[in-house]
Amino acid sequence: MSALLDISDLGIAFGGIKAVDGVSFAVRPGEIVSVIGPNGAGKTTLFNMISGLYRPSQGQVRLDGRDITAMEPHLLARLGLSRTFQNLQLFGDMTLLENVMVGHHLRERAHVLPDLFALSSSRRSTRASADNALALLRRVRLDKGAYREARAMSYGALKRLEIARALALEPRILLLDEPAAGCNAVETAEIDELIAEVAASGVAILLVEHDMKLVMKISAHIVVLDHGRKIAEGAPAEVARDPQVIAAYLGQHGQDQVLHAER
Amino acid sequence: MQLKPKYLSLLILVLLVAAAPLFFPSGFYYRVGALIFINGIAVTGMVILIGYAGQISLGHAGFAGIGAYSCALAPVYLNIPPVAAIAFGAALSAALAWVVGRPILKLHGYYLGVATLGLGILISMVLLNEAQWTGGPDGIAVPDLGLRGLLRDMGLRVGAGELWYWVAALVMILGAWLALNLFDSPTGRALRALHGSEVAARTIGIDVPRHKLHAFVVSAVYASVSGSLLAQMNRLITPDVAGFMHSVQMVTMAVLGGVSSVLGAIFGATILTALPQLLTVFHQYEHMVLGLVMILVMIFLPDGLLPSILKRLKGRNEE
Ligand SMILES: Nc1ncnc2c1ncn2[C@@H]1O[C@H](COP(=O)(O)OP(=O)(O)OP(=O)(O)O)[C@@H](O)[C@H]1O
Ligand SMILES: [Mg+2]
Repeated sequence: MSALLDISDLGIAFGGIKAVDGVSFAVRPGEIVSVIGPNGAGKTTLFNMISGLYRPSQGQVRLDGRDITAMEPHLLARLGLSRTFQNLQLFGDMTLLENVMVGHHLRERAHVLPDLFALSSSRRSTRASADNALALLRRVRLDKGAYREARAMSYGALKRLEIARALALEPRILLLDEPAAGCNAVETAEIDELIAEVAASGVAILLVEHDMKLVMKISAHIVVLDHGRKIAEGAPAEVARDPQVIAAYLGQHGQDQVLHAER
Repeated sequence: MQLKPKYLSLLILVLLVAAAPLFFPSGFYYRVGALIFINGIAVTGMVILIGYAGQISLGHAGFAGIGAYSCALAPVYLNIPPVAAIAFGAALSAALAWVVGRPILKLHGYYLGVATLGLGILISMVLLNEAQWTGGPDGIAVPDLGLRGLLRDMGLRVGAGELWYWVAALVMILGAWLALNLFDSPTGRALRALHGSEVAARTIGIDVPRHKLHAFVVSAVYASVSGSLLAQMNRLITPDVAGFMHSVQMVTMAVLGGVSSVLGAIFGATILTALPQLLTVFHQYEHMVLGLVMILVMIFLPDGLLPSILKRLKGRNEE
């Protein structure tokens, strides 16, 4: 299968310092590709460029062969690109249900006049979104708190809420920035299962995660960044044995985890 | 069956509006009531702009000015009937908000505040300086809406105060209904989302500039209609209606009562309209008290009066 997301020679500099420098790789439909690397390696910056929040200073991003470099995020969403954030970006005043409902925004018809007058088209959109959102909340086991405000929820719950909101878009490619950070072992296992399930349904997944056990277990392919550069790439086992990767990021501890996960 | 919050809010509003006259000691109070509702209309627009979309405006009195002067000028110069002049003013305000909103709403926080402030000042300066049309600082007479005459022909005799009480109430309740509809609609959720996190809103496909602009235009129409009704009730209008103090008043009323809730904001409008009317002492120091109220609310009740009270009641029930 050909690549859905194709990144070539992508780079950006902040005040002369290259945060990401000439990174290339590709993600195919249904494939889980992980980006790993030490703190400050440029993983989130890479996501911000792909999702249209930062304008790259070099290189290209292609989706289905189409050049989408520096396209407006809301137009990228239309093309099926969805993401979550490392430091939560939720709508705190809205209920969990509403948070996921806005994820359906593109399938709703948000026209201000019908919405002001609560015409049946508007009410139908709202009802359909609510039904879908409730199903998604069930999927991330947050349906019990559906009518609570997001700000009242625990960190682990909010991490899952963000995934549910991103899934509401029915994306073709999903970018997850540290979805398991700050989650306990049970929650991590759940997120692991969810990601695998989503990928199995044909969605391409680009994952940034520090939990090496999780990464090694579910990734088909791993890209390693260090100081903005790609220093290695390949299957989990390959990457785990790469001496450069071990030196820059994994260390002995990481390698043990990897070998453990393989068994 | 449980009543949806939207209908509960409307029911409370209707009951209060209908019951209040039972306690009026004199006819003067109808006028105070009408003023409250007219301010309530503008403030409901602020709820949409500030409370839902999270965008500030310190110049919305400018749109009230456009609505007001449309009622004074359009019937005279354009031969538009007084009732249609309200719609004419609203369309004019919407068009201006549309054109100006595009560049202005790219700004954030206090930059947006200053830009809207400039817009309001600009409009009020035009009204003040184009004296050959607007009558300048002395103001201008507003043609009669003809509603009382119409009712009289139908055999109904109502006082002006009483009539405006019910007309303004009707429009305010209609405005509240629209705003409450919006809250729980695709557009309303998009607005509240971009209020919560613009970055996240963009990545889930929300066209942020478009929705901000819609909120700005809708709130301008509310302000315009409010200004129109004020003009037609008073039959005389001065440039004060478009002035900075009036803009500040709109924001203060909304923030005092609770800017994210329609009912709360109308509550704020009620307090800040009624006090200066009923207590002459307050009237003298109105602007000072306005400032003081703003500071105290921001420090102690940043959510506004009504939401804070409700939260406290709820908290007590849960204990
Ligand atoms: N908007 C910005 N302006 C200036 N520098 C930035 C900006 N965004 C990121 N950087 C810099 O780019 C580098 C990469 O940061 P980035 O957040 O992408 O790292 P990361 O790999 O996601 O790290 P972590 O694992 O801690 O999340 C850092 O040195 C950071 O300071
Ligand atoms: Mg990061």
